[in-house]
Amino acid sequence: MTDVTSLSIAEINSGLVSKSFSSRELTQAYLERIEKLKSLNCYIEVCGESALKAADECDQMIKSGRRLPLLGVPIAIKDVITTKGIRTTCASKMLKDFIPPYDATAIIKMRENGGFVLGKTNMDEFAMGSSTENSFFGASRNPWDTARVPGGSSGGSAVAVAAALAPASLGSDTGGSVRQPASYCNVVGLKPTYGRISRYGLIAYASSLDQIGIFSRTVADCALLAQSLFGHDPLDSTSVEMAIPDLSKEIKRGIKGLKIGIPKEYLIEGVSKEVLQSVQDALSTLTQLGAEIVDISLPHTEYALACYYILALAEASSNLARYDGIRYGYRSPQARDLKQLYSLSRSEGFGKEVKRRIMVGTYALSAGYYDAYYKRAQQARTLIAQDFRSAFSEQCDVIACPTAPTTAFRIGEQSSDPVQMYLNDIFTVPVNLAGLPGISIPCGFDSQGLPVGLQLIGKPWDEGTLLRAANAYESSTDWHKRFPEV
Amino acid sequence: MIGEDEVKKIALLSHLNLEEGESVSLANELNSILGYVDKLQKLDTTSVEPTSHVHGSKNIMRPDVTSPSMPTELALSNTPELSGRFIKVPIIIEQNGEN
Repeated sequence: MTDVTSLSIAEINSGLVSKSFSSRELTQAYLERIEKLKSLNCYIEVCGESALKAADECDQMIKSGRRLPLLGVPIAIKDVITTKGIRTTCASKMLKDFIPPYDATAIIKMRENGGFVLGKTNMDEFAMGSSTENSFFGASRNPWDTARVPGGSSGGSAVAVAAALAPASLGSDTGGSVRQPASYCNVVGLKPTYGRISRYGLIAYASSLDQIGIFSRTVADCALLAQSLFGHDPLDSTSVEMAIPDLSKEIKRGIKGLKIGIPKEYLIEGVSKEVLQSVQDALSTLTQLGAEIVDISLPHTEYALACYYILALAEASSNLARYDGIRYGYRSPQARDLKQLYSLSRSEGFGKEVKRRIMVGTYALSAGYYDAYYKRAQQARTLIAQDFRSAFSEQCDVIACPTAPTTAFRIGEQSSDPVQMYLNDIFTVPVNLAGLPGISIPCGFDSQGLPVGLQLIGKPWDEGTLLRAANAYESSTDWHKRFPEV
Repeated sequence: MIGEDEVKKIALLSHLNLEEGESVSLANELNSILGYVDKLQKLDTTSVEPTSHVHGSKNIMRPDVTSPSMPTELALSNTPELSGRFIKVPIIIEQNGEN
């Protein structure tokens, strides 16, 4: 028997049905490997006992002939998504003992489709970061080079899939937090259209930008998970009732005549030559597969990052006001009165980057600065979204560019300069601002053996075309089959 | 440019305490972030509508019917200090009437 931890969900499905192995054996194999590769620090909590119990139930169901898309598949969950009875920390001291009394809708849907929680993965505190270094539980490590970051903020979820410590995982993407770590770790990472997956139970960072995303080894697995998780939820008024195509069928249709737009503004300084070369090669492959490359312009691109950081931080300062030490979360034992209880609990409970972002957000919303920062950023957002709308309505079906300007950087390399760190998200944030679906897929390696990701961006609600383009590329390349030696 | 005093004011608004000397380093960091986002001032936004929500949906209503909710005990299961069904907090109003 080949090592079951290297299988895709599609392969797991057929292995379970043909009884080559059981869900318990699969889960056990993952638990052993997780224990062995603890030094990658990608899990905050491993749910061994509950996972094995769920696996047994799945094995019973399989025996009795039940078939579900994720039946018997253990899945790693970013620790920003609430799991009933399983500690959910957001990688923060603030929530280090928080045990949610409810499941996120995405978790309920995953369970309904036969999946179960293998463990909770490491992340930047409250999803604020691009490296998974800002975690109360310590930095995660990139399995391709353990001296480097896996990207972030969903770094743990990316590492789990890349290092075969889970067949798939869930993350969240506010400005690139699924796609950028997917790119750094050589896995598939999808951020769906804003409103596709319910945010109920996704602990809020910036609510108008946050979206749950999917990590997997293959595009087909991503389609399978997307099909299970997409849909309107009455508990999230920003989730939208929209038809969902049969994604697994849709992705096989090929890309003859598909128009892929290349934004000229994305060829900026600071993008690594090797990253550009890999993306260039990927475009040639897509052309050979029948796609047509067209030059497009997204003229407001240079304002996207500034716009994003104002809006995200403003929303964060408001969202994180709920952590006051009263109803749940960390409470400082030092406080003598209520005001002190608020400020001491927050000062002791939040990490440095979180405090920095709350302060910038508070400033941007404060009297006298609201129009200059927040309102202006909201106007910039309108212009950025319009850029995409006109490109999609007149010129192309999908947009392609690098996921990140570089490959994975060294741990500690960028932590002293917040602005430098923010620049990692330059290609991913416009997608969140416009609410579009985006995916990162493996498209090569640089001379140091570090993975490069290709980002594809789709029209709103058109994950079908997006995944189809990704699948066509993946089917004619082998990058996704490479595993790190750890 | 924001100075130390402004940093202290923002900290107060954010309910965050600053450590000794932190207002200086934070002023530098905040200025570097604000310096970067300042490029938005170059943008001509005359007659551009602000976007607060990307799909433009608003006022989503549900029927006004009661449904079961989470039991109190479960809802309070993460509360740091309880007294029966009540959340315990330190004094809010000073006994001498100040504050």
